Amino acid sequence: MSDIIELQGVYKRYAGGQEALSDLSLSLGKGEMAFLTGHSGAGKSTLLKLIALLERPTRGRIIVNGVNLSRLKPRQIPEYRQGLGLIFQNYNLLYDRTVFDNVALPLVIRGLRHDDIGRRVRAALDTVGLLRKERSQPITLSGGEQQRVAIARSVVCKPHVLLADEPTGNLDPELSLEIMRLFARLNEVGVTTLIATHDIDLINGMNRRIINLEAGRLTDNSPAGVLA
Amino acid sequence: MNRNPTRPFLLRRILQAHARALVFTAGKLYRAPGASLLTASVIGITLALPAGLHVLVNNLDGLRYGWESSVQASLFLRSTVSETQGRKLAQSLQLRPDVERVRYISSADGLKEFRQLSGFGDALDLLEHNPLPAVISVQPDSQLDARKAQKLFNELAGLAEVESARLDQAWLERLQAFLQIARRLNQTLALLFGLAVVFAVGNTIRLEIHSRREEIEVMKLLGASNAFVHRPYLYLGLWYGLAGGALAWLLTQVMLWLLAGPVKQLAGLYDSNFVLAGMDPLTGLLLVLAGIGLGILGSAWTVMRHLHAIQPS
Repeated sequence: MSDIIELQGVYKRYAGGQEALSDLSLSLGKGEMAFLTGHSGAGKSTLLKLIALLERPTRGRIIVNGVNLSRLKPRQIPEYRQGLGLIFQNYNLLYDRTVFDNVALPLVIRGLRHDDIGRRVRAALDTVGLLRKERSQPITLSGGEQQRVAIARSVVCKPHVLLADEPTGNLDPELSLEIMRLFARLNEVGVTTLIATHDIDLINGMNRRIINLEAGRLTDNSPAGVLA
Repeated sequence: MNRNPTRPFLLRRILQAHARALVFTAGKLYRAPGASLLTASVIGITLALPAGLHVLVNNLDGLRYGWESSVQASLFLRSTVSETQGRKLAQSLQLRPDVERVRYISSADGLKEFRQLSGFGDALDLLEHNPLPAVISVQPDSQLDARKAQKLFNELAGLAEVESARLDQAWLERLQAFLQIARRLNQTLALLFGLAVVFAVGNTIRLEIHSRREEIEVMKLLGASNAFVHRPYLYLGLWYGLAGGALAWLLTQVMLWLLAGPVKQLAGLYDSNFVLAGMDPLTGLLLVLAGIGLGILGSAWTVMRHLHAIQPS
């Protein structure tokens, strides 16, 4: 299995002097699904932000899909991000347009043709089970449905990697499980997935690799099947 | 990178992106007609003033050209020059190529004319002899420019038979000088008002950018290039400029239409059939183009200053 994400001796110190990550090295294989756990402030979000190039590391190397991120110039960042699927706790949907238009946005950004967009948006909405809601306004949907719209939007471009930061943070346990199962299903069709969550109970039953951070350091990197 | 086979070619993609931004922003303005109209009105009113002044100055300029052909030199002949000599001189002047028309007015004719027009008839009867000199009125060829006309005038004034000469051109020079000032003033005004339009559009776009901060962040998260994020705002500026420019054209025409009646009345008082000319279509088109240019400039200026600062976190 070739690595799609590789971190080598990564440090991240914020302007205030607080060290969010120190000497972190880990890798994620192509097609793998892993959970990133730890208390809040352990550095989970920082790690995802470094991979998404929302932040730059203070030291160390990050290689994603063969691209050394420190070599990327600012104007190359958009194209790099087009290869990622990003999912957040607050869904980050645009509430002034329909579900369809939200999911279509990455395709519009990439400049796809109108008819291709329609086909692929419907396929993505079908995957998350919201095909019948394409004309709805996101605000009329439940939290779980809104997160599924966000997931559809992140996979519509067939990303190399799916990064999710506390995707179930605003959802009740039942909906959370539904979302995690959706991620597992996407992973089964080949999407590499890294999900940050503090909900240990939820992921213990998922039988996937767990990467645990504590105060910015790697404490546990158990392979799939080994419970943390 | 998994390049997408359904992704169209670059040129097509660029055109498509622009068409999308154009339609998207037009739709946005259509859905908020009140606010859009207000911004367009500010631009329209701001541009209408210099545009209206421009048309008025041009009208006065036309007036100058129209009356230039009626410039006359009056040659007052010495009292020693007999009527025969005077008429002979007039005939010889008529032969000159730079002279359009010559009229000899004998002192007797002059007196008769003066008596009719002035109403001083009775007073004139008290005079023992006719005080008026014979006059040759010379109208230069209308093709002559000011310098050549002046040369002709100097030549005529230097003739032995001529006591003194007068060129009815002084007021035209004054008008010309006045028009020069008006034109310069209008250029300055146009510059200032153009700047005002840039600021007005810039400020509207700035508010728009701030109210759409989240959307911009999300787009950048999804891998939108700066050009993609900037484009709708530039087109917003284009639409504002277009609507403002068109409105300025309309306002100018209404303004001229309102002035046409009184101007006609004034011209009538001067026995003129002068009619206020409206804005010609080319100028109107330029006005709209200027609006568009200023709108884009205003939004580009704001986009440069504000959009780069918005980054997802």
